[in-house]
Amino acid sequence: MIHKWVSPYQLFLAPALTAIFTFFFIPVLAAFLISFTDFDIYGLADISTVRFVALDNYVKLFRDPLFWQALKNTFYFVLIAGPLNVGISLGAAVLLNSRLVKLKSLFRLNYFLPVITTLVAISIVWQFIYHPRFGILNYILHIVGIRPIDWLGDPVWAMPAIIIMAVWKNFGYNMIIFIAGLQNIPQSLYEAASIEGASSLQRFWYITLPMLAPTTLFVSIITMIGFFQLFTEPYIMTQGGPLNRTLSIVLYMYREGFQWWHIGYASSIAFVLFFIIFLFTLIQLKFQKDSK
Amino acid sequence: MKFKSLILHLFLIITGLLTFLPFWWMVMASFMPEGQASVYPPRFFPNPFTLVQYKLLFQRLNLGRAFFNSLFLAVTVTGISLFFNSMAGYAFAKYRFKGKHQLFKLLLSSMIIPAQVTMLPLFLMLKSMGVINTYLAIIIPGLANIFGIFLIRQYALGIPNSLIEAARIDGASDFQIYYKIILPLCKPILITLGLLTFLGVWNDFMWPLIVLTDSNMYTLPVALANLMGEHTRDPELMMAGSVITVLPVILLFLALQKFYMSGIMMSGLKE
Repeated sequence: MIHKWVSPYQLFLAPALTAIFTFFFIPVLAAFLISFTDFDIYGLADISTVRFVALDNYVKLFRDPLFWQALKNTFYFVLIAGPLNVGISLGAAVLLNSRLVKLKSLFRLNYFLPVITTLVAISIVWQFIYHPRFGILNYILHIVGIRPIDWLGDPVWAMPAIIIMAVWKNFGYNMIIFIAGLQNIPQSLYEAASIEGASSLQRFWYITLPMLAPTTLFVSIITMIGFFQLFTEPYIMTQGGPLNRTLSIVLYMYREGFQWWHIGYASSIAFVLFFIIFLFTLIQLKFQKDSK
Repeated sequence: MKFKSLILHLFLIITGLLTFLPFWWMVMASFMPEGQASVYPPRFFPNPFTLVQYKLLFQRLNLGRAFFNSLFLAVTVTGISLFFNSMAGYAFAKYRFKGKHQLFKLLLSSMIIPAQVTMLPLFLMLKSMGVINTYLAIIIPGLANIFGIFLIRQYALGIPNSLIEAARIDGASDFQIYYKIILPLCKPILITLGLLTFLGVWNDFMWPLIVLTDSNMYTLPVALANLMGEHTRDPELMMAGSVITVLPVILLFLALQKFYMSGIMMSGLKE
C-alpha cells in the first residue's frame, strides 16, 4: 500500500510543486548561472562551447548605451504611468463609491472592460487610433483646437502615447481593488467627521487616504511589477522606436535572447530587471513602514 | 445636492464614453469596406455595412486555425492547472506538516520574480525535450502556478474542519474527501481561478511568440501580431481580427463577471 510510506498531503502537493519546481525554480537558478556564461547561438548547437565568463555580461551591460536607453525608457514609463494609473483608479473608485451615483455597476463595467481584453489586439487598435492623419485621437484633438500630433512617429510623443494607452487599459483593475478597500472603511468614521464639521476634502485626506494606505501599497506594488515588464505595447506599436525611445528592458532582453541568441547576455538583462523590481518593492514597503 | 449629482453623472458619462470609444471604433471599422477607416474626418459608422473583412480572415488568412489553437490551449491549461492547484491549495489549507509555513512563504515571496527571468532556460529545456512549436510548449509551463495555489488555499481555509472529520469517520479516503467534499465546496473559487487562467492563456503574447514558430501553431495574439506586419495599411481587416480575438473574452467575462471581481478582491487580501 502506497500510503504506508507517503502521506496524503504529499500526494496532493506533488504534482503542482514538481511542476513549479521543475519549470519555475530550476529555470530561475539556471538563468542566474547562464548569466555568468557566454552562452550564444554556438552554445545552442553544441553546449560544450559555452564558457564561464564571470561578470563579463554585467560589465558589458553597464557599458551598453542601448541598455541604458532601455533602462531610462522603462523608468520613464513606470514612474509616469504607475502613479498616473494609481491616481486615476483611486479617483474613479471614490467617484463610483459616492452615494449620489446611479447605475454604479454599469459605470464600473465600462471602466473595467479594457482590463480583460487582449493586449495585442488593443495595441493594434490604438496604433490606428494614434494614426497621425486618420486617427480618431487627432480628430478629437482637432475639435478642441489642438494641432495634430504624430503620436507614435515622434520620439518625444511615442512614450507618452504608450503611457496613455497603458493607463486606459489598466486603471480599471486597481479601481476594483480600491472600491473594495473603500467599502471596508467604517461609515461611522465619516459620520463622526461630519459632525465635527470636516469638509469632504478633509474627510478624504484624513480618513479615506490613511485608511486606504495598505490597499494603496498593494496596488502600487503590483502595478509597478507589471509595468516594469513592458513589452507588448512597444513590440506591436513602435518596435522600440522611434530612435529607440520606446525600447523597454524586456523588449531588449527579447531581442538579445530570442532574436540574436545572446542567451548569456540576455539572462543578465533579465536578472537586472528582477533586481530592479525587487529593490523597488523593498523601497515601497519601507516607505510604507516609515509613514506609519 | 441635485446639481452636484448632475455634474458627477455628466463627468462619469463623458469619461465612460471616452473609455468606450476605442471599442466602438474597433467594432465599427471592422464592418467597413476597404479604405473606409483611412479617411479624414474619420467615420464612426460603416457605410455600407460589410462582412468582407471577416470572410477574408477566415477563408484566406487562416485565422480559424489560430482561434482553435487559442481555445484548445486555454481550455487545456485551465483544466490541468485547476486540478493541480486545487490539490496543492487544499493541502496547504487543511493538512499539518513540518515546514508548511516556510514552504508557503517561499512560494509566495517568489511571486515577485518576473516570468521573463525563466524564459531563456525554459526555452532551452523545452527545446531539449523537443516540444518547441507544439502545444506542450504552452501547456508545460502552465501546469500549476503559485497564485492559483494561494487563491484556493485562502478559500479552503474557510471550510470547517468538522466536515472533513465527519467524512473521515464515515470512512472516506483522503482523495474522496478532496473530490467529494472540498471540490464542490470550492466551486466559486474554482470558477474564479478558471476564468483568470483562461483569460491569462488566451491573452498571453510573449511566451507563445517565443515558442510557437510555425504559423499553424500560432495563437490568436501571435497570429494577429504577424498579420499586422503585412497589413499595416488595412485598419478594417486588422479591426476585424481584433474583434475576433477580444470578443470571446468579453463574452466570457460578462457571463462570469461576479466571479472575476471577487477574484481580484481576494488577491488584494493580505496574508
